[in-house]
Amino acid sequence: MNRAQRGAAGSRGLGTMEVKSKFGAEFRRFSLERSKPGKFEEFYGLLQHVHKIPNVDVLVGYTDIHGDLLPINNDDNYHKAVSTANPLLRIFIQRKEDADYSAFGTDTMTRKKNVLSNVLRPDNHKKKPHIVISMPQDFRPVSSIIDVDILPETHRRVRLYKYGTDKPLGFYIRDGSSVRVTPHGLEKVPGIFISRLVPGGLAQSTGLLAVNDEVLEVNGIEVSGKSLDQVTDMMIANSRNLIITVRPANQRNNVVRNSRTSGSSGQSTESSLPSSTPNILGNLQGEEESDEEDIIIEDSGEPQQIPKAAPTSESIESLSQIELLHESTQNGFLPSSDMNLNHSAGSISMEYEVPEQGRKSLEEDGTIITL
Amino acid sequence: PSPAGEPGHVGRPGLPWEGTVEHGFPSQPSALAYDPVLRVMAIGTKAGAVKLYGAPGVELTGLHKETATVTQLHFLPGQGWLLSLLDDNTLHLWEVCQKEGCSHLEETRSFGLPGRPGCSPGITRVTVVLPMAAGAMVCLGTEGGAVYFVTLPTLTLLEDKTLFPDEILLSVPDDYRCGKALGPVESVQEHPRNGSQLLIGYSRGLVVLWEQSTRTVQHLFLGNQQLESLAWEQSGKSIVSSHSDGGYMVWAVSGTGQKTQQPTMSTIPYGPFPCKAISKILWRTCESGNPFIIFSGGMPRASYGDRHCVSVLQGQTLATLDFTSRVIDFFTVQSPSPPSPGFENPRALVVLVEEELVAIDLQTPGWPTIPAPYLAPLHSSAITCSCHVSNVPLKLWERIVSASSLPPSALHPSLQAWPIDGGKNLAQEPTQRGLLLTGHEDGTVRFWDASGVSLKPLYKLGTANIFQTDCEHNDSLNQAGEEEWPPFRKVGCFDPYSDDPRLGVQKIALCKYTAKMVVAGTAGQVLVMELSDEKSEHAVSVATVDLLQDREGFTWKGHDRLAPRNGPLHFPPGFQPSVLVQCVPPAAVTAVTLHSEWNLVAFGTSHGFGLFDYYRRNPVLARCTLHPNDSLAMEGPLSRVKSLKKSLRQSFRRIRKSRVRDRPVSPPQVQEANAQLAEQAGPPEVEMTPVQRRIEPRSADDSLSGVVRCLYFADTFLRDAAHHGPTMWAGTNSGSVFAYALEVPSQEKFSERAVEAVLGKEIQLMHRAPVVAIAVLDGRGNPLPEPYEVSRDLAKAPDMQGSHSMLISSEEQFKVFTLPKVSAKTKFKLTAHEGCRVRKVALVSLASAGSEERLENCLACLTNLGDIHIFTVPSLRPQVHYSCIRKEDISGIASCVFTKHGQGFYLISPSEFERFSLSARNVTEPLCRLEVARLQDTSCLRWAVWGVWGALLWWNPSRTRLGPRGSSSSEVCEGLVVPGACRGGWEQGECLS
Repeated sequence: MNRAQRGAAGSRGLGTMEVKSKFGAEFRRFSLERSKPGKFEEFYGLLQHVHKIPNVDVLVGYTDIHGDLLPINNDDNYHKAVSTANPLLRIFIQRKEDADYSAFGTDTMTRKKNVLSNVLRPDNHKKKPHIVISMPQDFRPVSSIIDVDILPETHRRVRLYKYGTDKPLGFYIRDGSSVRVTPHGLEKVPGIFISRLVPGGLAQSTGLLAVNDEVLEVNGIEVSGKSLDQVTDMMIANSRNLIITVRPANQRNNVVRNSRTSGSSGQSTESSLPSSTPNILGNLQGEEESDEEDIIIEDSGEPQQIPKAAPTSESIESLSQIELLHESTQNGFLPSSDMNLNHSAGSISMEYEVPEQGRKSLEEDGTIITL
Repeated sequence: PSPAGEPGHVGRPGLPWEGTVEHGFPSQPSALAYDPVLRVMAIGTKAGAVKLYGAPGVELTGLHKETATVTQLHFLPGQGWLLSLLDDNTLHLWEVCQKEGCSHLEETRSFGLPGRPGCSPGITRVTVVLPMAAGAMVCLGTEGGAVYFVTLPTLTLLEDKTLFPDEILLSVPDDYRCGKALGPVESVQEHPRNGSQLLIGYSRGLVVLWEQSTRTVQHLFLGNQQLESLAWEQSGKSIVSSHSDGGYMVWAVSGTGQKTQQPTMSTIPYGPFPCKAISKILWRTCESGNPFIIFSGGMPRASYGDRHCVSVLQGQTLATLDFTSRVIDFFTVQSPSPPSPGFENPRALVVLVEEELVAIDLQTPGWPTIPAPYLAPLHSSAITCSCHVSNVPLKLWERIVSASSLPPSALHPSLQAWPIDGGKNLAQEPTQRGLLLTGHEDGTVRFWDASGVSLKPLYKLGTANIFQTDCEHNDSLNQAGEEEWPPFRKVGCFDPYSDDPRLGVQKIALCKYTAKMVVAGTAGQVLVMELSDEKSEHAVSVATVDLLQDREGFTWKGHDRLAPRNGPLHFPPGFQPSVLVQCVPPAAVTAVTLHSEWNLVAFGTSHGFGLFDYYRRNPVLARCTLHPNDSLAMEGPLSRVKSLKKSLRQSFRRIRKSRVRDRPVSPPQVQEANAQLAEQAGPPEVEMTPVQRRIEPRSADDSLSGVVRCLYFADTFLRDAAHHGPTMWAGTNSGSVFAYALEVPSQEKFSERAVEAVLGKEIQLMHRAPVVAIAVLDGRGNPLPEPYEVSRDLAKAPDMQGSHSMLISSEEQFKVFTLPKVSAKTKFKLTAHEGCRVRKVALVSLASAGSEERLENCLACLTNLGDIHIFTVPSLRPQVHYSCIRKEDISGIASCVFTKHGQGFYLISPSEFERFSLSARNVTEPLCRLEVARLQDTSCLRWAVWGVWGALLWWNPSRTRLGPRGSSSSEVCEGLVVPGACRGGWEQGECLS
């Protein structure tokens, strides 16, 4: 409430910006600090708050300088909206269930007026499937190459997200020997290699791993000196968020960084193989915690994700967020009242998908999503 | 297990891992020796170990640097010297050294006979070793027939004394010689009265009495039967020789220069049909009557050629001791001071067979066996599980001891004291009584006194008699054969054949305060037992619990349940069953736990778990944990064996199918394959069958996911933070944890009200690894005490004010959760970090070396790589780790048990437990002293050096460990675990390393 009130109080400095928000037939006006707009989630909560629609899922849109209605659903387009708004940021809010997705896009404002064409050729826009840009929580991470900036060009670090897919991870590893450049010249050392990709599996479908790629690390831990069984166990233990660093068998598709000439790839970096992992851990740790949370079913039969007792708090800056949190919990955002005690400010980002049947969720992996 | 440590070993943190003592029977023994002066015996093994045993607690161990079989062992009586011959034809001298008041066994010298130029190396192969009574010489007989003399202790060859067979042949009459060689030396025996005369027997049958000083032949015995062994009669007037035809001969020994053609007596005791050789024979005079003739072998080849026998013959009395494994060697023990000098009066016969050591009392009529205080054949039936109970109350201890003291059968064990009683045990009296329970394949549970260095059998409980099995008529068969000849007598208890594999004991739980015990077995049987001092005749009430709970589509393909015997059964004093719970389907019990205060027993199989109230004798709860897709769970272990044929057939089919499929490869595929081959830089690696591992997360429908891995009772907060109460926890193979709140009536109302169980929580660990242990920690982070411990003032009451937490250990990680809200507090991902998996885990309390008061609770964990890791609790910080068991030794890892105070046991062979200690205070290791009267003092130089090290080492007067190993691994471990308390230990370690 604070910020809206402050805005209404009329302390309009240079840094503030007026926001006019329309939901249904109602308008709300408040101000935002242009330099510090905060995060989209905060803004979303703020909108829900000022419109007194705390637990209604809505789509947020704004009109840009060209008069197009554009969606706001993440930090980036929110910031864009704030930065381009001049002088007023016009916000249009729709309920999610009766949202008209076709309203968004280029020329939307003008097209709207051209009702006739829609009526005359109704199938015209039905044919065109509209791209729906979802809320952040509707996204899931996908497998990718990571840490390109800190790894030698000959290596590739691949994060395989098993999460939410029914595909098997789908690869096999084997023992083998690899040749390394050492101060004493070339040396043959035992290594672990990818031996097979299951057709249709995650590993194959990402295209990031190939047969005979040498596995160098598993989630930041070097595999040299470990047996095939040990590496197997490590991979399976990390299978929900598996990050493997490989030296691809095919070195022709390496990512070439700007700083280096293409000729430098290959042997020259070989000798500068990172000896210890901590300095090139990069992405490995940050998201580690979120990957696997155990499920607990209370006697009521409702599954919950086990919350952390002391969650690592994320950036809590604005006062409004704390208020938002309060509101959201009050309105049953979280399934069990038990949870309240445990939640501190940072956990607003958690959301639970509660399936109808608790038992069912036990057997499915991907029903619980944490962001 | 290496012999007493070397200076370099001391104080290197974490590096040397050594067990403290080995319990049980050494694996694959190969040689035996006895020292009648020190009254100790030595056993050598195929692995090259030498072990000395005296009085209980007196144990010395040595290990040859070479891993070669010890083929012979010989004491130099009284001098603390032991000669060992290995199968690589080297002779080693071991010495009992004294340091800091304790004795240790050290190898000091070794010796190999130099080959003779121009001859095959085989002829210098040593066949006989005889240390001379004078003590300064050893006599070596060889394959080539030569006898060599070697000085002691320097082990130098006295070349001029060597006696070649040519020299003997000079005195042999031509008609006997026939141009044939004498063959290898089979036996050399010193004249009992005259040390300079040697009796030398050659394989061909010639026996010579040789006078060393004059190098003359005193007497020739022209035997024609292939010789196996020789023995003197004590007076030196006659000798006895045993032969390969199963006979033995007695020869009279008389004056000089004689030749005897015929023995005074010759007999084949088990004739007339062809018999096997008598490999060793002894003649022992006896004041009270006829001499004893004791020999091994000689059985009729056709009918009993496969028996392992030692025969004891005294006058007309013959006993054929029938062993279940091969006879290695035997000796007799004489009374320490013979009442009259002319007689040997053997007290006991000690026989080493491959799987056990048996002592026979020769002074009591009937020659009963003497129970051994150590070298227990743990594996008399294969060990299937083990469990340790520490701090056993004296009352229970005495009751168990008295239950076992009444012999169950007519075969009374001898009352004679253990005859091998040399040396002095210097170890402190154990501060507490520890009980090791082993469950066996034949359904027995054996109770062992594990308080001290020697593992003593206390009590044996059989569970087979409750069930109808086919083994009963076997006994009657044995009885019927009483009249048979030879007069076989079964001795020893090694019997690896189980009548019914379903009887096998899988899990044991014992409440040491109420003397209640639960024994659970392979066919889903759960026996609730009670200790009774009186024998009893009662019927066992039987209950069945259906763990499938009407799940459809499952048919058990495994073994049947064991049929209980009907009607009242007779039970001897001891643990007597009161209730038998049988799981349906009758799969092996995989977890069991007992809460004697609540009268509850919980048990789990691969299908689910059940809770049973043994006071009211009714089931409280049954829960199926089976996943609908799990097909393997319904196949019992036995049916899988049966289906081998089927699986073979299937795999053949698969091969054929794949061949058919592979053949018509379409041209584009071939091209692609060739292109791929061409792309490979080097030549393709030649790997015949590369080992592949599939990387896939566990899923809920993995096979055997429903196996219940652990069960746990706790009085804690399950539903809310205000009220605590009885709870039961169960963990499965797929990472599920079920928590039940129990309504347990108060003690007075047990009979009126039933126990109720309500599901409180279900936890699914996301990583789905098997849950191996669950424990609840109180508000102070201490594990909850056992039932009755608090009410009997034996443990501090748990902190019920602060919030409890729950420690769940899966095969991959440890996690601590808060209670009653199950929120994750701390965790340690062992597998993700180390690539190893948890095999055994236990909460142990380690006492600091400095003060017994300082106790630290730790989590000890044994991994599939054989390492032991120690973590703090509840913060789960890794402290130290040791590599403990070879990772290939799967049965060793599987057999490991931890004690509550940081010791542990694991099987290093089917018959031996290695004991180890993670604690500096709580160590059980042999400390003993053998009084050695050596002719020359030859303390090796090394010991002078050791003295300096020793002085450094033993400086700290507060030390409780005295052995040189004492200051190694565990002390350092303790230093890490209790950092403040043992700084002394650290400094010591540093200054020495």
